[in-house]
Amino acid sequence: MGFEVSDVTRSRFGATRLYHRPMPFWWWLQNRAYFNFIVRELTCVFVGVFAVLTLLQIRALADGPDAYAEFISRLRTPGFILFNTVGLAALLLHAVTWFKAVPTTMAIRFGETRVPDQMIVGLHYVGWMVVSAVVACILLLR
Amino acid sequence: MVSALLFPVHILLIGLAFPLGWLDAPDYESLRSLVIHPITRLYLFVFIFFPLFHWAHRFRYTIYDLLQVKHGAQQPIALLCYGAALLGTIIAAYSLLTIA
Repeated sequence: MGFEVSDVTRSRFGATRLYHRPMPFWWWLQNRAYFNFIVRELTCVFVGVFAVLTLLQIRALADGPDAYAEFISRLRTPGFILFNTVGLAALLLHAVTWFKAVPTTMAIRFGETRVPDQMIVGLHYVGWMVVSAVVACILLLR
Repeated sequence: MVSALLFPVHILLIGLAFPLGWLDAPDYESLRSLVIHPITRLYLFVFIFFPLFHWAHRFRYTIYDLLQVKHGAQQPIALLCYGAALLGTIIAAYSLLTIA
């Protein structure tokens, strides 16, 4: 784990090792909180996959109308529709849990007063809606 | 953050609404002219670059936690994660610079 034993500890107790409590291998199945944590973290897999799919779509677009049409027809297959549905749910979970975590990681202060957590979260949701609306307009109004 | 803000609307439209016919997809020519624009190229680069590294970082530590990876095995995993993200970023940069 990378803990360092200080010289004081070493001189007092000889070659002492810090006790490392053994964790069961399936620790994350032991309770709901651990499980939810792992599910939340694994939403990043969908983030990575969609980034790659976007890259593939760009390359298909660059390769010409036929390549692009083939890519689009692949998106219509039931497999992809299912993956996109699950992926959308995963990304929504990713976004919601991310916004929930932001006030903990980013404390904005005006002098003594701290910006309330709800306001930070709320502003993120507003920004999310605005950005999504802009993207939707660009993609739909052509 | 990029993935949280931008991916849901993209997946909803490009992944579900367009393929299922709920909304009309942009045709090839108009999409191409949109992508060729320098601002769109920059947007798409950011769209791919940040989420790839987000995945790499988060996935690396999740693997450490899930599999209880010891010190010795940690470096190859980190190398694979960030290496893959870097490779994807380079391919994205090349693709977006050379699209014509």
